Amino acid sequence: MNIGLPHFLTVSAALFALGLFAVMARRNTVAILMGVELMLNAANVNFVAFSRYVQHGIDGQILAAFVIVLAAAEAAVALAIVLALYRNYGSVHADTAQSLKR
Amino acid sequence: MSDQAIITAAISILLLPLLSYALTFFFGRKLPRKGDFIGVTLMGLALVQALRIFIAFWRVGDPAHRVEWAFTWLDLGGFRLDAGILVDGMTAVMLMVVCIVSFLVHLYSTGYMHGDRRYERFFAFLGFFTFSMLGIVLANNLFFLYVFWELVGLSSYLLIGFFFHKHSAANANKKAFLTNRVGDWGFWLGILAFFTATGTLNYLELFAQVHAGAIKGPLLAWAGVGLFMGCVGKSAQMPLHIWLPDAMEGPTPVSALIHAATMVAAGVYMVARLAPLFGPDALLVVLYVGAVTAFITATIALVKTDIKRVLAFSTLSQLGYMVMSLGAGDSVNAMYHLTTHAMFKALLFLGAGSVIHAVHSQEMPDMGGLRKKMPITFWTFLIATLAISGVPLLSGFYSKDGILGSVLAFGMLEGHYLPFILGITAAALTPFYMFRIVFLTFFGQPRDHHKFEHAHESGRAMTIPLIALAVMSVIAAGIPGNTADKSWFRKFMVAYDVPAIAAEYQARHEAPPVVVAHEDHPHGEAAPGTEPAHGDQPARDEHGDHAAPGDHLAPGAHGEAHGAHGHDDHAAHVHHTAHIRAMIMSILVATLGIGASWWTYHRRRVNPAAVQARLPGAHRVLQGQYFFDELYAATVYRLTLWWSAVCAAFDRIVIDGIVNGTGYLTRLVSWVSGLCDRFLVDGAVNGVAAVLQGAGEGLRRVQTGRVQTYLVYVSASVLVLIVIYRVL
Repeated sequence: MNIGLPHFLTVSAALFALGLFAVMARRNTVAILMGVELMLNAANVNFVAFSRYVQHGIDGQILAAFVIVLAAAEAAVALAIVLALYRNYGSVHADTAQSLKR
Repeated sequence: MSDQAIITAAISILLLPLLSYALTFFFGRKLPRKGDFIGVTLMGLALVQALRIFIAFWRVGDPAHRVEWAFTWLDLGGFRLDAGILVDGMTAVMLMVVCIVSFLVHLYSTGYMHGDRRYERFFAFLGFFTFSMLGIVLANNLFFLYVFWELVGLSSYLLIGFFFHKHSAANANKKAFLTNRVGDWGFWLGILAFFTATGTLNYLELFAQVHAGAIKGPLLAWAGVGLFMGCVGKSAQMPLHIWLPDAMEGPTPVSALIHAATMVAAGVYMVARLAPLFGPDALLVVLYVGAVTAFITATIALVKTDIKRVLAFSTLSQLGYMVMSLGAGDSVNAMYHLTTHAMFKALLFLGAGSVIHAVHSQEMPDMGGLRKKMPITFWTFLIATLAISGVPLLSGFYSKDGILGSVLAFGMLEGHYLPFILGITAAALTPFYMFRIVFLTFFGQPRDHHKFEHAHESGRAMTIPLIALAVMSVIAAGIPGNTADKSWFRKFMVAYDVPAIAAEYQARHEAPPVVVAHEDHPHGEAAPGTEPAHGDQPARDEHGDHAAPGDHLAPGAHGEAHGAHGHDDHAAHVHHTAHIRAMIMSILVATLGIGASWWTYHRRRVNPAAVQARLPGAHRVLQGQYFFDELYAATVYRLTLWWSAVCAAFDRIVIDGIVNGTGYLTRLVSWVSGLCDRFLVDGAVNGVAAVLQGAGEGLRRVQTGRVQTYLVYVSASVLVLIVIYRVL
């Protein structure tokens, strides 16, 4: 069986859906953060796949490298936020932080 | 004494009692003896001034001599009101009467009222009362007469109710005041009628205008009756006499003052003063009212046992005489009787006061045998009783005789005999009930020994006035006594010489008044040519007052213009005959009355109780004073109450109905308006609010505050947008 672009895209969509689900459904902010990482990596897969099958260049790979850096920075910032969250609310659950509502 | 001096003296007489009032009222409490000497001294000064005026007029000796003084009090463009005084012989006599009685009453009160809690207030009111009465005497126009008339009403109210803590006294002064108001109502209407018709209020101008015919016919008659109503109220004539017996609730000196000089004298004086304003019809009313009053009150006096009440009814009876005399057109004898009556009636009241002071009771059954205990009171009281009974040589005889003569003459000329019959009957009753007082009080055995033991002669402040008045009672008709037309009185008063006054008035106002212009009416007497002859006629010669009735009544009563001389001769003859007959009859009835009283109450040959038992009906009627009070209670009061009930019902139903109806209507409208407000306006406002709130409630659920929820929305929206753009 010949592995082509649709296979990559399918994997990527599945990854994205999983990440999205994690972000939407998990209460734990660390798990949400992990879901975000999944969605970023799903995007990375897409970039690399399109770069290989459609453009025939390295632009996709370069963007994926940027995304990985950005994801690292994002993780640093997000984990700091989670820490602050924990300090203020005594919990890392996302649904305890709803003071905006009142 | 010059005219100017007379005016000054008259003004000082008027103001002295007012000064006494003011000083005693404001400073009496702080002065020694509570300031009673102020009143006595100032009244003494007023008496001296009155005496000066009296002597001045005596010297002049002309009854037509008049001094008038006035100043403009109020000027309203078309209407000018003067305040002024008019002094003539009549005024001079009246001033003397008022000042003598008032002075002696002041003096007497220092003894009688001694120790009263409101002693100084009493003297203040006495001064005010005297001032008001002197105002009536001196006024020269109807307006000021009315002002002082009301002041007399007020001050009598204050004095009758002096013991206001007694319920009966408080009621008596209310009754006196309200009864007088009824009379004053008519009086004021009369004044207005004369003012409207003639445009003046001044006495002499009024006389001239009436003479010129400015007011005549029924209007003159009704206006005269109106003026007379004032007299009926103040002089307590039937049917408004009911206040006077109740006025006995006042202190006895006040009764003396009211009955002798002030108040009741005012009515008679007013009619005598305004005699030319009374037409023949009005005079007939006056005559009958006087006669009926004289008779019925004399009969009531027969059965009363309260000494002051008997005296009160005797005053009513004597006032009836005066009014009767006025009605017969003889104002001279009315004033003459007023003068003599003032002396002996003041004496009777002060004597009665002395007795009451001694035994502390007003009931004659508590007295008896006081002659020995109180000799001065007894002798002076006896003199006054003889005078009022009409015993010859004492003043009352002459004046009463003059009245009866004139009334009889009027009857013979005009055919009205009833007044004379009533008058002569009252003349027989007067000595009977007066001697009843004397016998029951001073003779016989004491009936109440405890009171008798305590009785003693009064102090000098009270006996001196008694003696002075006793002397006056004897000599008031002159020495030797004589009827008005022959005694000293003719120097002071004759019937008004109206044509002369009219002529003088016309001369003063050169432009003839409008009403005089059409003087060519058929009455012969009013024609200018006959004026002087007629004018001299009733003057100072021997017929004097005799000509007066003819003078008043002939022009109106007999329209036909027969010769003035023939008429006067006839009238004079009738008067002469009438006076001789009246004199004989009055001596006869006086003897009869005194004899009967002596027989009944001294010799006790007739038992009054048996007579009472025999005539229970008559006794009840007399004791009930002919049930006038009950009659008024049944008619006037009931009518008044009924009318006020009607007014109250009208007020309650119609006025309150309108007000309440308006209220209900307003409430209804506001209720509807309230509904609209609540459901429409509030509905709209609340509706908006509710919609917004509902929307807010709904949207609130969307904003959970959970980041993840928002993310779901975002993702869903993205999906929707993708579907929209890609698929559609």
